[in-house]
Amino acid sequence: MSAVLANMQGAVAPATTKAIAPSRGERPWTFYVLASLFALYVLALYGPMICIYILSFQDIRGGLVFPMKGHSLHWFVDLFTQVRTGDVKGSFDRSIRLAVIVTIITVVISFLAGLGFRRRFAGDAVVFYMMIGSLVAPGLVLGLGTGLLFQAFGLNASWYTSALGAQLSWTLPFGVLVMFAVMSRYDRAWDEAAYDLGASRWQTIWLVIVPVLAPGIVAVALFGFTLSYDEFARSLQTAGSLNTLPLEIWSMTLNVTSPSLYALGTVTTIISFIVIGASLGTIVLIQKKRGRGAKD
Amino acid sequence: MQSSQTPSRANLAGWLYVSPLVLVLVPFFVAPILVVLAASFFATDGFGGLTPGFTFSNYVEVLHSALTLKLYLATIKFTVLTWIFTLIIGFFVAYFLVFHVRNQLLAIGLFLLCTVPFWTSNIIRMISWIPLLGKEGLINQALLATGAVHQPLEVLLFSDLAVVIAYVHQLTIFMIVPIFNSMARIDKKLIEAAIDAGASRFDIMRLIVVPMSKSGIALGTIFVVSIVMGDFFVVKVMSGGGSASVVSAFYEDVGVLQYPTAAASAVLLTLVLVAIVSLILRTVDIRQEITR
Repeated sequence: MSAVLANMQGAVAPATTKAIAPSRGERPWTFYVLASLFALYVLALYGPMICIYILSFQDIRGGLVFPMKGHSLHWFVDLFTQVRTGDVKGSFDRSIRLAVIVTIITVVISFLAGLGFRRRFAGDAVVFYMMIGSLVAPGLVLGLGTGLLFQAFGLNASWYTSALGAQLSWTLPFGVLVMFAVMSRYDRAWDEAAYDLGASRWQTIWLVIVPVLAPGIVAVALFGFTLSYDEFARSLQTAGSLNTLPLEIWSMTLNVTSPSLYALGTVTTIISFIVIGASLGTIVLIQKKRGRGAKD
Repeated sequence: MQSSQTPSRANLAGWLYVSPLVLVLVPFFVAPILVVLAASFFATDGFGGLTPGFTFSNYVEVLHSALTLKLYLATIKFTVLTWIFTLIIGFFVAYFLVFHVRNQLLAIGLFLLCTVPFWTSNIIRMISWIPLLGKEGLINQALLATGAVHQPLEVLLFSDLAVVIAYVHQLTIFMIVPIFNSMARIDKKLIEAAIDAGASRFDIMRLIVVPMSKSGIALGTIFVVSIVMGDFFVVKVMSGGGSASVVSAFYEDVGVLQYPTAAASAVLLTLVLVAIVSLILRTVDIRQEITR
């Protein structure tokens, strides 16, 4: 995913054409085979999701499978009004608040760590592998450890303390890795230029590094928000008595066998799409503005 | 300031920048792992109470149980199958995007199309297979309509097959991204030189593309293996309770407050994971790979 954002910058920066296939003339037969494979992959990627979005708009007779039984918003209303489906509204609220907090912390810490990792320092490998470890460790095990730790200190587990920390242990490695990819395109000569013009360290960060890296920072925010908003395994043992949305969905998959489950899927995916669209739109906007500035 | 900095000042600055990261990872990654490690040596009263102590009995119990072997075999089976499918699909999707799509903007667009679901809920993407694979699902309806089968197939949902399908569906992206990244860095001139030297397209694939995508494959493998081995909810939901993996058994143990045995099993799993990941890391410098 970091590649994409790096590449989006490449699209505006000097063009590096990576198409290695003959750029003109007949396409080889493998093109058609691989194009079909790609189309099938995309179909399998989106097909099932689209099915549940369609099925969530059934009326009261609706079931879990096709064919569609009528059209209505019954299951969406059901979702937010029925006690049976749990506290969907509250968990929505908590999940979004938590995701915003996680996003802010992830952006700040990842940015600073990205600055730190630009040059080697004694013990940098320890921090790096600690981060990789946090990324690959089984989430449920980490969550249990965090839960037990809070118990041992006599603290209550809650979504804004233990679950916040547990989610950061998941979003930060992603954020820092994206930052690495973004920083690798930053030329340190720009720092030198800023210092030569009399900028202080803070001025260099605020007036040079942050604006240059803005698209990458938006990307880190996208990771922070969506990974937190959908995080499940690490929150399970750490969220305390009040559920976040993925936990609510999890308990619904075990109890609820009505299309309200699909309706919840539709609603939460719409939120994800809004966030993804806003982030990618912001990145494109920044790039466009720059492209224009360069031409003037 | 750069060149005049003494090494100790540079070290201090580096640590200052990463200190917030360390301040989060120590209490929420290092400490929990140590707590689980400690708990694996504790004794229990069987009702969730832990008695600090030092006993190997939890490990003995885990290692002596026939269930452990079964769980590991099941986990390894899921991991290997998922790895093979994600690798094949991921490699060819990345290959198609890098080497066959001529318009770079289109390639980026198609790449984004593949990554968007990564930013949506895994649980929702998993349950979205129900209307397709279920006993009355679309696939069975189609098969019955064409007369290919006379009874609806029951193995489609709530089976090992469904588990692997859900994994491949969720994790192929973790192969596509790093492989795409390595392939996009292959110099076009290298391929042209190979063509000029008379290499067939198969030779180019075998001698240039595959070796130069190795680091991407290694990175993708780390992601896929660690996620499948650490997963429990796909196994639990998609197998309909019929199958279990090491972590899903861990989840059940925690549910009945058997913390020490759960912890011992988690420590063993972590050791296996660390061994696999460090084996892979010997073939690729992951840090250089990412920062390059």
